[in-house]
Amino acid sequence: MKEFIYFAFKNTKFKIGLAILLFFLILAIIGPYVSHYKDPLEYVSMSNLPPSRENWLGTTTFGQDVFTQFVYGLRSTFFIGLFGGGLATIIGLLIGFIAGYKGGLLDDLLMMLTNILIVIPTLALLIIIAAYLPYRGIGIQSVIIGLTAWPWTARAVRAQTLSLRSREFVNLAKITALRPLKIVLEEIAPNMMSYVVMVFILQFAGAILAAVGLDFIGLGPTKGISLGLMLQYSTLWNAIQLGIWWWFIPPGLAITMIVSSLYFLNIGLDEIFNPRLREE
Amino acid sequence: MLKYLIKKLYIYILTFFFAVTIDWLIPRFMPGDPIGVLVSRFTGLPESAKVMYSYLTKAFGLQLPLWKQYINFWIAIFKGDLGISIYLYPKPVLSIIAQSVPYTLIVLLPAILLSWTVGNYIGAISARHKSLDSSMLPIFYIITSIPYMWLGILLAWALGIVFGIFPIAGAYSFSMRPNWSWQFVVDFLKHWILPFLSLFIVQIGGWAIGMRNLIIYELEANYSRYLEVLGASEGLIRRYAFKNAILPQITGLALQLGTIVAGSIATEVVFAYPGMGYILLQGILNQDYFLVQGVFLFIIIGVLLANFLVDILYMIVDPRIRLGLGGENV
Repeated sequence: MKEFIYFAFKNTKFKIGLAILLFFLILAIIGPYVSHYKDPLEYVSMSNLPPSRENWLGTTTFGQDVFTQFVYGLRSTFFIGLFGGGLATIIGLLIGFIAGYKGGLLDDLLMMLTNILIVIPTLALLIIIAAYLPYRGIGIQSVIIGLTAWPWTARAVRAQTLSLRSREFVNLAKITALRPLKIVLEEIAPNMMSYVVMVFILQFAGAILAAVGLDFIGLGPTKGISLGLMLQYSTLWNAIQLGIWWWFIPPGLAITMIVSSLYFLNIGLDEIFNPRLREE
Repeated sequence: MLKYLIKKLYIYILTFFFAVTIDWLIPRFMPGDPIGVLVSRFTGLPESAKVMYSYLTKAFGLQLPLWKQYINFWIAIFKGDLGISIYLYPKPVLSIIAQSVPYTLIVLLPAILLSWTVGNYIGAISARHKSLDSSMLPIFYIITSIPYMWLGILLAWALGIVFGIFPIAGAYSFSMRPNWSWQFVVDFLKHWILPFLSLFIVQIGGWAIGMRNLIIYELEANYSRYLEVLGASEGLIRRYAFKNAILPQITGLALQLGTIVAGSIATEVVFAYPGMGYILLQGILNQDYFLVQGVFLFIIIGVLLANFLVDILYMIVDPRIRLGLGGENV
């Protein structure tokens, strides 16, 4: 752990990624408290005001405060990344472990399901599920993203498990009659910890992008606000034509920065965990 | 070689079966009453609501036993009957989609092929020059993180509104009818360029990252080292590395299709480009479930066909599979 922290703080990519991510996380946490307004959807001002001291990021066509929407939207984004990405990681891990460790018919069945789901575009699946839900919250949105985003993780984890399964220390554990669950949890999983962390980061980023895509085509949360919904409303209400740039630049910029910071964290971690990749 | 194709085909048929089943299942087993919602949206009078309700129940065939509904659904699909659109009543869903498919393809295909080529090329260059790499790689990662629709919005705003160079909505000017005149083609291209660019630019990042990593990996492989020891020129070693690195990139093309399709849907929405994405948005906003279901099926069929094409391409490019020697991830 000490070694990990030492290398982590020597790694520029890791530091930059972490800094950007923390910046947005803190903004999401304290933003709603420092904003002048409490309700992101309340009509508080004149419409289409440019950024000013009263409305830090201006107002929308309806006179809603963009900054308030932005910080609440950030909260939804982190929520979806954490729960949607988390759920996808857990399902992917479970299926990958079971398929890789058990092998045989179960492996064949699970991999068939995985291969089928890999071909079907996640968004298409999300659309058909979300379109029939009359009321959607960000909780449900995270669940359906989590339920559809796991296949590539399962495939990768299975491959890793297969290669670890035949290692000597696993054979030794088998000889000592350790239960399979214990072998997976105590012998195989710790060797994959670094990998799991990285998968989670990628799923986190993927869930955020998937949610933005859903929100943008009108399948976002039916109440509340999110960064994707801000983009959708601004497009629907002609913010582009009217040049209301303060409405659509902040949400997109935040998503781009959060997702790329996650990628930087990921490459950084890769270098930290894998000595051969370390920067000189 | 044939074995490889048959195995792939088998997965695709299963996938299609699975997708159609989901398409059938979800409207019927979702919590709530989609038809009730539909009716309440479209009719004010209680009597017409009743008529509407019974019409829709019949249209979905909901009064039949489930297994019969399922079989009917399959029969309808093979007849090309995807139902009647509610939003553009009484046009059949199939004809609406058929009209929109060319618009989607004309943006999507060039964007995919060009970004794949350019991305691989830039990635390969980046992998050979260490000094260039350290500044290029972060840029690639930032590009690939941009949500498609946001880049579309930015381009529309910057080039369409601020500088006023390109139109930002539709596939051609309202005053025109599609024909083969020079004037129309120019107008069409002007409308086409921004949606194309937003899809093209975002995809470059991913391909470049992939190619860069693969080339670096291949240059460290034993065969490269061996060639180096033999005194082969650097150009020759790179050419071998490139040949090996291009294979996973072809597989990647198949895996990325889903994300790219999602991106094209969002991009079409931004530019009100009359492709499938735009139709889908109308279907969703107007709760036109037949249209949504139809678009879902078409996306699946398109992705499956594209996957199959990629498989054939892979077979042609990879001599191991072509000669039946087995190969990676068969």
